[in-house]
Amino acid sequence: MRRSVSWVTVGVTALVVGSLTLAGCSTESGPAAEGEGGGELIGLIMKTNDVPFWQEMRKQAEQSAAERGLRIQVFAGADIGDNESQVAAIETLISAGAKGIMITPADPQAIVSAIDQAKAAGIAVVALDTPTVPADAVDATFATDNYRGGQLIGEWARKKFENEGTQPRIALIDYSADQIVVDVQRDQGFLEGFGIDLADPAIFGDETDPRIVGRGTGLLTLGDSRTAMENLLQANPDLNLVYTVNETTAFGAIEAIKAAGKMDQVTVVSIDGGCEGMEAIKRGELAATAQQFPRQMSALGVDALAKYIEDGTTPSNEGGKDATDSGTKLITDDPQDGVDSESVDAGLENCF
Amino acid sequence: MSGPGTQEDTSAGESPEGRGALTIERPGVGGRWRRRAHRVLHEHPTVGPVAVLVLSILVFATITPSFRTPSNLGLVLQQVTVIAVLALGQAIIILTAGIDLSVGAIAVFGSITMGIASAQWGLDGVLALMLGVLVAVTMGAINGGLVAGLRLPPFLVTLATLSIFGTLTTLATGGANIRAADMAGILSWTGTPIQIGTFRVTYATFIMFALYAAIAYVMSSTAWGKHVVAVGDDRDAARLAGIRTRRVLLSVYGTAGLIYGIGSWIIIGRLGAASPNAGADYNLDAITAVVIGGISLFGGRGRVWGALVGALVVGVFRNGLQLAGVPVEWQGLAIGLLVLAAVAVDQQVRSVGAAR
Repeated sequence: MRRSVSWVTVGVTALVVGSLTLAGCSTESGPAAEGEGGGELIGLIMKTNDVPFWQEMRKQAEQSAAERGLRIQVFAGADIGDNESQVAAIETLISAGAKGIMITPADPQAIVSAIDQAKAAGIAVVALDTPTVPADAVDATFATDNYRGGQLIGEWARKKFENEGTQPRIALIDYSADQIVVDVQRDQGFLEGFGIDLADPAIFGDETDPRIVGRGTGLLTLGDSRTAMENLLQANPDLNLVYTVNETTAFGAIEAIKAAGKMDQVTVVSIDGGCEGMEAIKRGELAATAQQFPRQMSALGVDALAKYIEDGTTPSNEGGKDATDSGTKLITDDPQDGVDSESVDAGLENCF
Repeated sequence: MSGPGTQEDTSAGESPEGRGALTIERPGVGGRWRRRAHRVLHEHPTVGPVAVLVLSILVFATITPSFRTPSNLGLVLQQVTVIAVLALGQAIIILTAGIDLSVGAIAVFGSITMGIASAQWGLDGVLALMLGVLVAVTMGAINGGLVAGLRLPPFLVTLATLSIFGTLTTLATGGANIRAADMAGILSWTGTPIQIGTFRVTYATFIMFALYAAIAYVMSSTAWGKHVVAVGDDRDAARLAGIRTRRVLLSVYGTAGLIYGIGSWIIIGRLGAASPNAGADYNLDAITAVVIGGISLFGGRGRVWGALVGALVVGVFRNGLQLAGVPVEWQGLAIGLLVLAAVAVDQQVRSVGAAR
């Protein structure tokens, strides 16, 4: 018993120390413009900093801030759902006297009260990549229209299967089972684009169309995505179309399809537009992807904040909408009649 | 859990007076069965997990036709290989009453090292492989040094190194995958399939069995193995008995690093890439496998084979529930209940052991 008590102590201590450690390493100052000419301070709060998508967003933010004579501090959570670190980052920016904040919400609902505090302190807040819930918790949102991204690959896949006269048997690999907003939007956009009745568009998994043969979750990792695809193929050996929530998920699925010797049978579509994705399209492994523009998000974000700092114009979305679309384009080397798309070479210019 | 033994066990836990020491004093048929069950579980801690494994395979095979195919059994073996290998390293650390939260971070950094050395530096494949393993051994030894040398709690040491090694991975790669196709062939050799009819496994499966056989032999038949268990059982007593506990601990963490390093090699074959984001769930999955495998988190009790059985139980559950069409959120629930059952059995058996 004595030993188990000491384990509890160790556990609690560890959690405390751990959260301090994590909070510590998730905060970093932007080296680019720090201390240059004493311009106003803005902040960029990302979900994580460990994939090229976020690093592109960060680079553009630092570049745009430097051009506008602003100082910028960059923060990132420990993982993609790390709300705690983002709240701490907002608090830090408030006390540092920042004038504007760009945030990619890890938890679109939970972050709202911290955002309210920042706004009460006279800070303009814009969301990048992921809208808050409700969307008007921030002044403006610059994001990929994820639903539109899903529609693009859904429409393309429908045309391809129609043109080839193949009966589709669809599997979907989502991020998680938690019905996260972006996960749902991409998934439902794809199905709508394919012409499938969504039942409730706010959740996935409630569709009854027999063309959907199975679903899995890949947790955005190669290993889990491969396992999910293996199990889907095991249960449905004749599936021939796979939707993947992002390209890492697609690569895991492709490993499983290759190992099963079914690359000729299965069409894989995805959303992202990374440079690795472009190479995969070139190799014929990935059929089509909806490309996003992370640099565009932070460029629009810095512009809006700079304007606020210069003349007090509160950032807002175009045409009173919930979000300003930072753009998304269908990239494929297998264009279908009646569906706008661009080649891989065009995609390579904007990939990350 | 399952089997006649553990059912007895559960009923013993329901009433307070049915626990441990009191049970032994009370004569009667029920008490005798309970004692016998406890003795079996105490002396053969892997019996419970094996029973769960066999039972779960039988249940899934009955309810799901696509589960009981040779191709699917091969698939489950492939799916558990990485976790089973990492769990082996975790198991010997847990046997010393330690824990390693950095297992995934070490294995991922090992694979990243191999990938960068081969694909970017153009190092020979064998050298890149050895370098990756060496890095993993070093990282394990750093954990061991801090635990044994500075007497820091393993939980805290490896929590810190989890963060540090993870950051090194991000810095080294910028978050981008390194494709196996860009590396020397030997680095993805572990993913080479071996097919008998529709049953397919990879070379990694054999490496996994060989590693388990080797470590199980060392643990049961060498002085070192007995010292490891003695240190886990009671570090002070082990030292008084003349065991150099620091040296033993350091060697255990280093050996675990070696096993993780081989895991790094298997990861590249499995993923077709060295992926900086691969390790997030390796840590807890490896600990889960060890616990379900009947190895006590308090050290000194359990057989290393249990970790393999634990990994297989988790793999069979995930695969079987998925094929049976069970939504993924319920899979997590099932695994959680298994862990609770395993810990409850461990506590029960430990309390009886202490009463004697």
